[in-house]
Amino acid sequence: MTDVLQPPITIAGDDQPQGHDEHHGPTGILKWMTTTDHKIIGLSYTVTSVLMLVIGGLFAEIIRFQLTAPNNSLVSLAQYNELFTMHGSVMIYLFAGPFAFGGLANIIVPIQIGAPDMAFPRLNALSYWLYLTGAITMLAGFFTAGGAANFGWVAYAPLSNSINTPGTGADLWIGGLLLTGFSAIFTGVNLTATIFYLRAPGMTMFRMPIFTWNMLVTGILILLAFPVLTAGLVMLYCDRHFGTHIFSVSGGGVPVLWQHIFWFWGHPEVYILALPFFGMATEIIPVFSRKPVFGYKGMVFATLSIAALSLGVWAHHMFTTGVVLLPFFSIMSLLIAVPTGIKIFNWIGTMWRGQIWFSTAMLMAIGFVVTFLIGGLTGIYLASPPLDFFTHDTYFVVAHFHSVVMALVLGGMGGLYYWGPKITGYLLNERLGKIQFWFLFLGTQVFTFPQYLLGLRGMPRRVPIYPHDPEWKMLNEWSTVGAVMIGISTIVFVVNVGVSWKKHPAGDNPWDGHTLEWFTTSPPPHHNFYRLPQIRSERPTWDYHHPEHRSLGHGTHADEMHSLVGDGFEGHTS
Amino acid sequence: MKVEAKLLLGLGLFFGLMCAVYWNWSLENAGGVMMFAGMLLGFLPGAYFYWWSRRMPVRPEDDPYATQAQGAGVVGSFPGTSIWPFVLGMGAFFVVLALVFGIWFLVPGLALVTWAALGGTAEGRRGGHV
Ligand code: HEM
Ligand SMILES: [Cu+2]
Repeated sequence: MTDVLQPPITIAGDDQPQGHDEHHGPTGILKWMTTTDHKIIGLSYTVTSVLMLVIGGLFAEIIRFQLTAPNNSLVSLAQYNELFTMHGSVMIYLFAGPFAFGGLANIIVPIQIGAPDMAFPRLNALSYWLYLTGAITMLAGFFTAGGAANFGWVAYAPLSNSINTPGTGADLWIGGLLLTGFSAIFTGVNLTATIFYLRAPGMTMFRMPIFTWNMLVTGILILLAFPVLTAGLVMLYCDRHFGTHIFSVSGGGVPVLWQHIFWFWGHPEVYILALPFFGMATEIIPVFSRKPVFGYKGMVFATLSIAALSLGVWAHHMFTTGVVLLPFFSIMSLLIAVPTGIKIFNWIGTMWRGQIWFSTAMLMAIGFVVTFLIGGLTGIYLASPPLDFFTHDTYFVVAHFHSVVMALVLGGMGGLYYWGPKITGYLLNERLGKIQFWFLFLGTQVFTFPQYLLGLRGMPRRVPIYPHDPEWKMLNEWSTVGAVMIGISTIVFVVNVGVSWKKHPAGDNPWDGHTLEWFTTSPPPHHNFYRLPQIRSERPTWDYHHPEHRSLGHGTHADEMHSLVGDGFEGHTS
Repeated sequence: MKVEAKLLLGLGLFFGLMCAVYWNWSLENAGGVMMFAGMLLGFLPGAYFYWWSRRMPVRPEDDPYATQAQGAGVVGSFPGTSIWPFVLGMGAFFVVLALVFGIWFLVPGLALVTWAALGGTAEGRRGGHV
């Protein structure tokens, strides 16, 4: 069966015929298996990755319960190694990335630029199958005799060679990562091609929503970084099974080469994870402040410079190896703080004197900004070698990156509350949403703050037991309290999805949104649009609904103040 | 097209500069080679876009005053539904399992991959201009 992709009908008035033939294809499980529709694939990605968040979260709760008391014996030492390895791996490889670029971006980006689908629909479907089988492969390690992989999510050589880590679990980890790695690469190809080639007429590059911009840059970063990881994994596999000595000293190899390869992927990966969530916040904050985004071009250039710099900072994870060029990596890492600061400034500037509507999505986005700021500031400490020598491999690092990744969870939840109604057609319960927000936001801070203090007091990461010390015990107990609060927030979310199921229809444009996805129906039809408005700014839907407050095109200087201080409401253009 | 080209060429240029500074200063080859490859990833597609941007009329999506009607016509023709991505994915799954559990997993793996390659190509042909 073949679909001929026709562009949507131009808008000439509201009485356009809605008769676009709906799709008649297979139903049920066969529909799921054969679909090439980016919305269904994106939804599969979203559901699977949220399931991964729950699984990784369960591992995390076990880890935290083990650490609540000094000499606890909830899990054995060997099980603990498996748990922290698989917690980190599931969260990074199977939740955060796929949730962002396979899930929400897959659904939203084509709609935001007025495209009927992704550029390569069948490749998109293949991405999902590789992701799903990769996840199954990696998790299958738990069911093998030797248990799951246990060398940490970074698999450092020589710990990861066949003598130190024999077991099938480690090989399943490598295999699963090969599969998900390819799925990410294909998604990167798809995103870049879609954004370069399938934009609607008038949707110039500098009119694209910031989320789409960020996904373009994410796509480019994926293409830069992931092939390096895949190559590294192949080398690791050869070392383990074919007798090569790429990473072993005995055969003339260099163990630290693995670290170079891993982090050359790993640091860009941090931004592959973060940029989509920056984009979500940048969509949510203007809409609920009822203003255009402050400093659109500044945002775009900040995104681009973060991506450009992120290629030159990898060895800040390797300061303590003693064989890297400290000044270069320190300077580059500190430089990244500049564009990140610009973004934070622009988010605040967008909210400044806006008419803020504290919906759940907005709360989550603000929680994201605050939590990310904490993670970013402690990252600046770590970018300075003298401080990193002191804190490396302590709980200070664990706390730093959990401030960052929990900020991403907050942003992602914001994205679900914001776009969920567009995807399903139904609103989520706001009251439960706010309960979820407070548990998640406060839980995150209660969870990380004691860890910062523990790190400064010298508690190493990846240890299941620690000395008796009333202060350490108290701090660890508080951290577990935070982890339990985060767990409760996840339960509230699942309950909310159940409670709100098909309850309150959202309508096409529940938030008075700015971008094209709010112009089409909820959920959007097959091929996304019955009709499109004229695109004359980065807020086409807003312009259509509020012709008296149209945004000014870039380069138009007349009356600029008006568009800066918010034209979303009458009589407030001071 | 012009913005796309500038974007990629700009990234390539920046990576090239970083690569030059880093490689000369650190004399460490792994990072130097990877940064050099990063530079190519900017330059190769960037040059392609640049070449085309000088030979193509302005596309409606690059024209700030384009009307939706200018986008009229067929965008492309795609298979509406397809089982082949699933078959290919399962093939890849078995190939990876062969890495872990033994070479005989390659038999179903490669069979599925081949089947999907043939089926997918045939489907693409039937679909006209994919
Ligand atoms: C429910 C919320 C979470 C809790 C309670 C939690 C808890 C923990 C703890 C206690 C550790 C340290 C284990 C150790 O060093 O012994 C850890 C490690 C880690 N976590 Fe989380 N975490 C959570 C969410 C996340 C998320 C959302 C991500 C990423 C998206 C993540 C990524 C990681 C990584 C990469 C490691 C390092 C694993 C390693 O050392 O190999 N965590 N987590
Ligand atoms: Cu890094």
